[in-house]
Amino acid sequence: MTSHAFDFDRQRLQARASGALFWPARRWLIVADLHLGKSERIARRGGALLPPYEIEATLDRLQAEIAETEPRCVVSLGDGFDDDAAGRMLPDQVCARLHDMAAGRTWLWIRGNHDPAPVCARLPGTALAELRDGLTLRHEAGEAPDVSGHFHPCIRLAGQRRRCFLVGERHLILPAFGAYTGGLAIDDPALRALVPTGLAISCGTRAMPVPVEPAARRAGTARFRPFRSR
Amino acid sequence: MKLPPDFARWFARQGWQPHPHQIALLEAGADSLLIAPTGGGKTLAGFLPSLVDLAKGPHQGMHTLYVSPLKALTADIARNLARPVSDLGLDVRIEDRTGDTRAAQRARQRVDPPDILLTTPESLALMLSYEQAPRIFGALRRVVLDELHALAENKRGDQMMLCMARLRGLAPGLVVTGLSATVENPQALAEFMGGAAIIHADPGPDPDIAMLPTARPAPWAGGGGHHAIPEVLEQVRQANTTIIFINTRAQAELFFQALWAANEDNLPIGLHHGSLAREARQKVEAAMAAGQLRAVVATGSLDLGIDWGAVDLVIQVGAPKNVKRLVQRIGRANHRYSAPSRARIVPANRFEVMECVAALEAVRARDLDGDPRGPGPLDVLCQHILLTACAGPFDADLLFHEVRNAGPYRLLTRADFDACLDFAASGGYALRAYDRWQRLMLRDGMWRLRDPRAARDLRMNVGTIVEAEMLKVRFRGRGGAALGEVEEAFAASLEPGDTFLIGGQTVRYEGLREMVVEVTRQPARQPKIAVFSGVKLATSTQLSQRVQALIGDAARHCVLPADTRDWLALQAEISSLPRAGVLVSESFAHRGRWHFALYGFAGRNALQTLGLLMTRRMEEAGLGPLGFLSTDYALLIWSLDPVTDPAALLNRHALRDGLGDWLASNAVMKRTFRNVATIAGLIQRNLPGQRKSGKQATFSSDILYDTLRRYDPDHLLLRITADEARRGLVDFDRIEDMLDRSPRHDHRMLDRVTPLAAPLLLEVGRVPIAGQGRERLAEAEAAALMAEAGLA
Repeated sequence: MTSHAFDFDRQRLQARASGALFWPARRWLIVADLHLGKSERIARRGGALLPPYEIEATLDRLQAEIAETEPRCVVSLGDGFDDDAAGRMLPDQVCARLHDMAAGRTWLWIRGNHDPAPVCARLPGTALAELRDGLTLRHEAGEAPDVSGHFHPCIRLAGQRRRCFLVGERHLILPAFGAYTGGLAIDDPALRALVPTGLAISCGTRAMPVPVEPAARRAGTARFRPFRSR
Repeated sequence: MKLPPDFARWFARQGWQPHPHQIALLEAGADSLLIAPTGGGKTLAGFLPSLVDLAKGPHQGMHTLYVSPLKALTADIARNLARPVSDLGLDVRIEDRTGDTRAAQRARQRVDPPDILLTTPESLALMLSYEQAPRIFGALRRVVLDELHALAENKRGDQMMLCMARLRGLAPGLVVTGLSATVENPQALAEFMGGAAIIHADPGPDPDIAMLPTARPAPWAGGGGHHAIPEVLEQVRQANTTIIFINTRAQAELFFQALWAANEDNLPIGLHHGSLAREARQKVEAAMAAGQLRAVVATGSLDLGIDWGAVDLVIQVGAPKNVKRLVQRIGRANHRYSAPSRARIVPANRFEVMECVAALEAVRARDLDGDPRGPGPLDVLCQHILLTACAGPFDADLLFHEVRNAGPYRLLTRADFDACLDFAASGGYALRAYDRWQRLMLRDGMWRLRDPRAARDLRMNVGTIVEAEMLKVRFRGRGGAALGEVEEAFAASLEPGDTFLIGGQTVRYEGLREMVVEVTRQPARQPKIAVFSGVKLATSTQLSQRVQALIGDAARHCVLPADTRDWLALQAEISSLPRAGVLVSESFAHRGRWHFALYGFAGRNALQTLGLLMTRRMEEAGLGPLGFLSTDYALLIWSLDPVTDPAALLNRHALRDGLGDWLASNAVMKRTFRNVATIAGLIQRNLPGQRKSGKQATFSSDILYDTLRRYDPDHLLLRITADEARRGLVDFDRIEDMLDRSPRHDHRMLDRVTPLAAPLLLEVGRVPIAGQGRERLAEAEAAALMAEAGLA
């Protein structure tokens, strides 16, 4: 099972094992927090020179999802770029690749806190602050019900940390799709406040649903791996 | 140089006769390596030439640099040197400089260096990264490298020798003196220094060393030596001052508690290990130095350092793991140089009894163990290049020649150097993505930092010690006292209400606040075992083989205690005894999982590699391997289905095929990569107080590793990681050697845990396997949770 179907805001949706959300009724593919250009941004600010392959890695996965779901519309749910400059500085071949991927379909960039500016002319698609059309799509959870990203939720399952969807009564929060993205444990107070109960759907080779309970004893506290970006 | 009359008189006034090696070092005009047991006046020998030289008249700038692996040692040396300096009326300023030195003092030292500076390898590397380095060190005449045997064991030594090469460039004519405890290969250590004349001190009389007989036998498995508490207390009572060495911090905590529970005379006994708060450790050290303690329970944290003259007994609880370290520990009982050191060994369980017997034989035969050192690691060189750039622009050719003057890098190729330089400058990626944002730029033939502000971050990353993530432990409430540190993984396993031992007391876990573990006092409760671990010692190959020979030769079992003989007899009856030419293995079910134990005696690293390769083959065979652990003697794999035909799994061609891919994707390699990437400066180490909770920006170094493997498999850091694993963690040759030595298989299917396998079940250091077995478990766990919540 590469996806898990569930209902949110009166819509039937699929949480895919890759971390992408598919809306079959509309054939929309929604991905959050791509953070394209993150390694470039860190280097630009004088930080570490990380392996500059995260755009390729992220787009490889996104392309595979597009090939499988053949969406009419692709939505980047904010923080598609690690900052506005990173969006402008994408290499030509990446822009060309995005145009190929967007050919024959609508492409929407919802703005996030990392990429507030209008989308640059070299890229396909349109930028929006948010979208209300059957579902409310925005970067950071706001007036309920809505579908958002921003928090990069993660869950521990059988001793491993995995990215996950969080499905609550009021909010649906997507995992980060980008390659170089950390995560926030689902029982962090910030996420607890938004989704006190509901379902976590973990990503990986399969999409696995796990209940989220009020006094979740399962996961520990927020745990971080040693990497620190700036 | 001869000993001047006023120095000779000073020795006489102390009632001392200069040791021959002290005079020999004084007369040596070039680099020397002094090999002397603890208590041989090694430190004074190292400083004597400097003091004699300084007595001749004032010196402009820093004269002598002393480098020690321990911060605590620098302060101690400063105190000890103060006496001869003041007795002899020398006008010499001595200061230390470590991570603990105040910023104002450090800044002043850069402008006006003392005559003698005492420091650590990391602080030295930091000082050399300042623009003022040529001025600070330009007048340097001598360097003393203390406890060189300890530094040479890891990358701190490589970094230090790179710093020595730099210092020789800044101060031509520099004389370097290495001070070392007894080692198995002095020549190799001299080469590590870049060549030095070896001076041997009189090793002193043979130690008085034996097993401590106990009324209760060592337990079947595990155990922290608690069966020996009455005898250990009796030994402490009879001696003046005893150091009780224990291999891990958690065991030290438990032993300390058990010792006090039986300490009816209220003998003053302290505890010392690396997870205790610094204040707590300093208190124990001060009490020890003042002679107020009768015993200290310690881990490797007291292997080095302050020389307490009053110690007259060392007790080693648990297997000594390594003959050389045992000899060095025994040397801590050195109240009189001319008297034999006294030591007693307490095996913690019956497996260890055999190791103790084998180790005692080796000590008596003066047969020290140790593995030859590999060439200088390239991640350390990457850091050195970046720190060199922090000090100012450099010429690549000159730096290459300078680096080749460092002993560990004497065979460095230009191609490797250039690869490190390219990594430091641009990341060294096949995709040249960072031409605009290089860290180092070549301008006017010199390499320099593109953005000088980057120096701050690079300096923060100095050093080669990459610690597990640690969290501070404090009592709850405002200004709650700091108790020490635990590993983050241990903290994450705690639930509010759980109890654990730290600093000799049982505490109750209350919660995690701002990355501090908050606890309350919980006096009367049995603790949940503290699994926070210190450095895990690995038993040397030589010692493992001695143990194998002992087990396999029934005629020699008479040297073993009766209970150990019984145990081996029971193993022979229930299953089979490992013996020459035969590879013994067992499959048995335990707690709902199949376990496979293989007695290979090939050393921890080789058996770890074998664990990775065998679990891969088990994965292919659909046996659902879940994890494994390796000790120096045995490999234990647990799985959903049993191993029935080990010979097929141990087919050497198939094993060899597995080395490439499977090895590259496992947790051991990722751990190695994290260390390499941190040292080389790809990822920034976490500094205390820098971590905040709830930040999404952090992500795992595993992601970088996977990305590199996929998109840039020839990258320098992957090559360093693979080299390091091959040398340290993989050791495939020893697997082949094991298969050659034991051509016959003896595999038993059993319905119970066997005597030899029982201790393995209690070992720590489990490596999880992320395969179908794990996936099956995760599915089951998710399904169970859904069912429990009424959702499935």
